[in-house]
Amino acid sequence: MALDILIVFLKAVFIVLTVLTFGAILTWVERKQSAVMQDRIGANRAQILGLRMIGLFHILSDAIKMFTKEEFTPERADKFIHMLAPMLSLFFALVTFTAIPFGNVLRLGGKEINLQVAGLNASVLFVFAIVSLGVYGVVLGGWASENNYSFLGGLRASAQMISYEVTIGVAIIGALLIYNTLDLQEMVRYQGHMYLGWIPRWGIVLQPLGFLLFLVAGIAETKRVPFDLPEGESEIVGYWVEYSSMRWGMYMFTDFIEMVLLAAMTTTLFLGGWQIPWLAADGFHFPWGMAIGLPHVVVALLQVGAFFLKVVFLLWFQMLIRWTLPRVRYDQLMRIGWRYLLPLSLANVVVTAAVLLLIG
Amino acid sequence: MLLDEKYDPDTGIRTQSMMLNMGPSHPAMHGVIRIILELDGETVVNSDVEIGYLHRAFEKEAETVRWNQVFPYTDRLNYVSPVINNVAYALAVEKLLGIDVPERAKYIRVIMSEISRIFDHLTCLGPMAMEMGAMTVFLYCMKAREWLQELIEDVTGARLTVSYLRVGGLKSDLPEGFEEKALDALRRAEEVIDEINRLLTRNRIFYDRTKHVGVISQEEAISYGFTGPLLRATGIEYDVRKAHPYLVYDRMEFEVPSGANGDTYDRWLVRIEEMRQSIRIIRQAIDQMPEGPTHIKDAPELVPGWLMVDKAKAGETEDVARLKVEADPTLDGSQKDFAPYIKADDRRVVLPPKEETYGNIEGLMNHFMLIMHGHGIRPPLGETYMAVESPNGELGFYIVSDGTDRAYRVRVRPPCFYLMQALPRLIQGHMVADVIPIFGSINMIAGEQDR
Repeated sequence: MALDILIVFLKAVFIVLTVLTFGAILTWVERKQSAVMQDRIGANRAQILGLRMIGLFHILSDAIKMFTKEEFTPERADKFIHMLAPMLSLFFALVTFTAIPFGNVLRLGGKEINLQVAGLNASVLFVFAIVSLGVYGVVLGGWASENNYSFLGGLRASAQMISYEVTIGVAIIGALLIYNTLDLQEMVRYQGHMYLGWIPRWGIVLQPLGFLLFLVAGIAETKRVPFDLPEGESEIVGYWVEYSSMRWGMYMFTDFIEMVLLAAMTTTLFLGGWQIPWLAADGFHFPWGMAIGLPHVVVALLQVGAFFLKVVFLLWFQMLIRWTLPRVRYDQLMRIGWRYLLPLSLANVVVTAAVLLLIG
Repeated sequence: MLLDEKYDPDTGIRTQSMMLNMGPSHPAMHGVIRIILELDGETVVNSDVEIGYLHRAFEKEAETVRWNQVFPYTDRLNYVSPVINNVAYALAVEKLLGIDVPERAKYIRVIMSEISRIFDHLTCLGPMAMEMGAMTVFLYCMKAREWLQELIEDVTGARLTVSYLRVGGLKSDLPEGFEEKALDALRRAEEVIDEINRLLTRNRIFYDRTKHVGVISQEEAISYGFTGPLLRATGIEYDVRKAHPYLVYDRMEFEVPSGANGDTYDRWLVRIEEMRQSIRIIRQAIDQMPEGPTHIKDAPELVPGWLMVDKAKAGETEDVARLKVEADPTLDGSQKDFAPYIKADDRRVVLPPKEETYGNIEGLMNHFMLIMHGHGIRPPLGETYMAVESPNGELGFYIVSDGTDRAYRVRVRPPCFYLMQALPRLIQGHMVADVIPIFGSINMIAGEQDR
């Protein structure tokens, strides 16, 4: 029993540290990738004993800066909620990761460890429930600041989140119908099969439209360009306009963690999670008859690596979008959400269900 | 400003529109303007624009200093394209004096004006895109802008406050190898302009954000006194360079782009096309420009200034013409070889070359008459108005001279001021997010607006 608790604890620590590291590195990636795209050099000044590491120490200097700055609360703000809001944001963003499977079952000394912090049988619902709660951090922060700009930001955030959550929810129903489960780990296992020995049975193959809708609505959920209306730094400066120091940093971090979350969820639902084509529990089995036997631990590690590689790819893709497109307007955002994405996702559900019924 | 208050007796809900104070400390307001918005949700019901944050009494200053000393002040009008302000002021004073400048000087003025125009348009379009979230486009613009800035720096010695023109000519000739460098920079800038065009003009999000946003009709635009890209975006092809050609614009082949709807999108297109036309003008001007010496002939002997003065005092003036003073190259008249090609041959306004000042009494007297207190350039009694096409529209100088060495009155017609009048009208009924691109497309430069 104590061992089980220890294992769960270790898994939780692993995933939290991994996600936080991803978030921290993303602050650097954001600067460096944008710099590369814009013919600039980008962050490269922070150094330790002359060592610059292509700007990676900026993560550290940013952290030191944010922790040592004054935590300013406006005079008329609601002090308690103003303090609480960024914590809520960050908390809900982190908690969602408990349900995401980052690997298959690992067998160590007769013990079977499911590489997923909480093996809920309805984990996909859990993730969306928690993500929905995350909006409270933004709305409360915007409201409690007593500033018209942050108030507008909070309003925009609540409207945007609610609208796009509907689309996200409906967009994955098609996938859920096919997988016939609500357990994320089971979904990933389902995607391990290959059609004709060549085409992986990933969600993106079965549900291409669902994948696109999920990705678009998901980017809207992360509140980043082209859907960064709650922030809208050149219009309304954002819901965090009255925040400083690490409280602001928490909001910033939440954005990056939500990016990681979107990447992880997309990977799990549509890109086969930790699956590697032709890799079974005992090694590779290629369709042309070749087989490479691999010990169990190596297979498990390869699968964990594959999961994070897919996540990194999606993060890169999100950054690419963020630094290419301009921002949409509030009414256009609502129109895209309700008039195009939602009907499309509903149609996707209907078509998927009909096809499943016909196939039997 | 009174806020709109409504009371619904059925529900008992009292609603009030929200006041939002945008600026001067707001990322899109450049720290120089304040817009007080009355919002119903996110829709602008009413607005009040407050200008004057950069008022420095330019017009009054111009009355207190001598004619040539006004140039540094004109740099600070539209600080993004200072050469064009210099040109406008210089042309106005020259018109008053009735003098003509050499051909080469005219071409150089045109070239520098057009470089400034591209520079200004890039500075308008880049931030406009950035404020809509397209940060990459902004930095592409800044990249191209830097190449042009290098050209301006090479020629004038300064990046921003150039003070390049003088009454009756220019401060100095073009540096050696300028033509090749300029053509190369323009070629690269043209690529960047195409790139910006490809990135945004056909971008659906950008199109939706700017099309039918901030629309103004032709009649209204005229009644507000619009000029420049905003007027042309409504479809009226009024360009001072075509309508009232000055310098050598009548010898150039270029088109005046115009839009159709008078919205933010058309302003974007007009500015993009204008940059291309400016590049065309510069290429023609470099082609047609008469030759001038771009290097010093016969390698004169360099001597310190005091030695030349000593020699002149001792009467050894025969070899003074062969000498060249070791002086800061930006000093007026230090590059005497250049003067004949870029300065008018008019002793009333142009300083004599240094060796004449030091070498003979006529030169010394001439220098004295232009420099000493109580003398200087003295245009005849009268008044004049001279307008040029600045990047934002018609930039005019109305100058009254009372025959002294200072202007009696200098009045500037800043194009932005007239455009800004229409801002409340343009943003009315649009959303908060639209205020930013509309304001960006106006390209308000507080320096010239507030003077």
